Amino acid sequence: MTGPRWLAPLAALGGLLVLLPLAGLIARVEWTDLWSLVTSEASLTALGLSLRTSVVATVATLVLGVPLGFVLHGMRGPLRGLLRAVVLAPLVLPPVVGGLALLYAFGRRGLLGEELGGSVAFTTLAVVIAQTFVAMPFMVVSVESALAARSGRHEAIAGTLGASRTRVLTRVTLPALGPALATGAVLAFARALGEFGATLTFAGSLEGVTRTAPLEIYLVRETDPAAAAALSLVLVAVAIGVVALAYRPLRGAA
Amino acid sequence: MRRVAAGSLAVAAAVAAVSVTACSGGSGGEPAASLAPGSEDTTLWVLAAASLTDVLDEVATGFEAEHPGVDVVGNYAGSTDLAAQLLEGAPADVFVSADEATMDKVASLIEGAPTVVATNTLTIVVPEGNPAGVTGLADLADDALVTVVCAPQVPCGAATAAVAEDAGVALSPASEEQNVTDVLGKVSAGQADAGIVYVTDVARATGVEAVPIAGADEAVNRYPAAVLSGAAQPALAEEFVDYLGGPEAQALLAAAGFGAP
Repeated sequence: MTGPRWLAPLAALGGLLVLLPLAGLIARVEWTDLWSLVTSEASLTALGLSLRTSVVATVATLVLGVPLGFVLHGMRGPLRGLLRAVVLAPLVLPPVVGGLALLYAFGRRGLLGEELGGSVAFTTLAVVIAQTFVAMPFMVVSVESALAARSGRHEAIAGTLGASRTRVLTRVTLPALGPALATGAVLAFARALGEFGATLTFAGSLEGVTRTAPLEIYLVRETDPAAAAALSLVLVAVAIGVVALAYRPLRGAA
Repeated sequence: MRRVAAGSLAVAAAVAAVSVTACSGGSGGEPAASLAPGSEDTTLWVLAAASLTDVLDEVATGFEAEHPGVDVVGNYAGSTDLAAQLLEGAPADVFVSADEATMDKVASLIEGAPTVVATNTLTIVVPEGNPAGVTGLADLADDALVTVVCAPQVPCGAATAAVAEDAGVALSPASEEQNVTDVLGKVSAGQADAGIVYVTDVARATGVEAVPIAGADEAVNRYPAAVLSGAAQPALAEEFVDYLGGPEAQALLAAAGFGAP
């Protein structure tokens, strides 16, 4: 189905809206210095911190988001819709609002109190918490929709054969959810890598501790635009690669 | 006095262009007077450092009173942010920067020499009640104290580094923020025990108090104002810069905590 012909010019405009900013960014990259800019100490420190924290955050979304997906799938009635909306809210929340909310929960004057909040403030852990907060919805959505697409027949059979619920989960359901978990993890990783507003508001910005690649770009964009453009290009490349990976056809895998 | 966010500048300019066309065209049959109130005003676009936000609104109100038909539109952001926008071609009549280094960056875009219209000094800022009992700059070298400052790449951070060096204090910040607003936010939220910002920032903020830095006068930030060479209203822009140095504006700036030029 290709739709009526008048869709084409609108589609072209839509494509331009996405392509032009990318072209603008690429036009600003100083290719001769690209390597030295990306491998400068500050850039490497920021990229390294981003990679490490994003990997940890992705693992956290697996450990916490998968069970949440199961619970949501098992729920019935209006409560399910409400809980789903709350759990998915960070997906559409303005980043600064997410950061403030995290501050009011995990900050020194937050709900968890001075002792616990004080030990989180301005640490790398705060960065991971912020990233997990914004990335987890991707995992929850992936798991819940994959579960909804399953009939539950295989699980029922395994149950009648005497498998415990844990055994059914680890031997039947989770392997079948593999592609969904992979998609969720890739998207969660990408979202964690791009996290900016909540980190800035909640975790702060210190080289090697809390200053991830997006924060480094934000800091140097005025004083060293060439470095900002170079680092941005790296993140754009990662983003495009990750999305291509997450949405590649998965025929036969499920 | 109107105020716009950085991003809406271009939109506002486009709207202004459309309303000018509407006024001069005269083919629409509608008399110009039926347009929105103020559509016949001359608009003066002022880009100014975020620290001037409230006080410059007051100054603009006084200027508008002396110049009937003139509408001053203030656009406030970090000076380096504004300089970057100007270098990317943002249209404006007047630029007021929080330091001379930032004004130097746009030297190719300004008309004549900039005029210093105000000064500002740094202070320690602590949450209300000073829970950590900070008494001076030397306390901020203590690792146990959670200190937040501006990153050395931005004007307030450069000034902070200069003051600390003068005092022989090695700061150990938990975070180096992009601007004073972020420093203030961390302190007023109680997330940090102390921060370093401008005297006028504390005057504008709530939930915080100042602990003076001995010798802060040694590192004074000067605020230069300049007419931009691309100004649509160069004469009026010139008058506005003069007005900033005049007694009415200076009284308002002094009341907001700024020092005399």
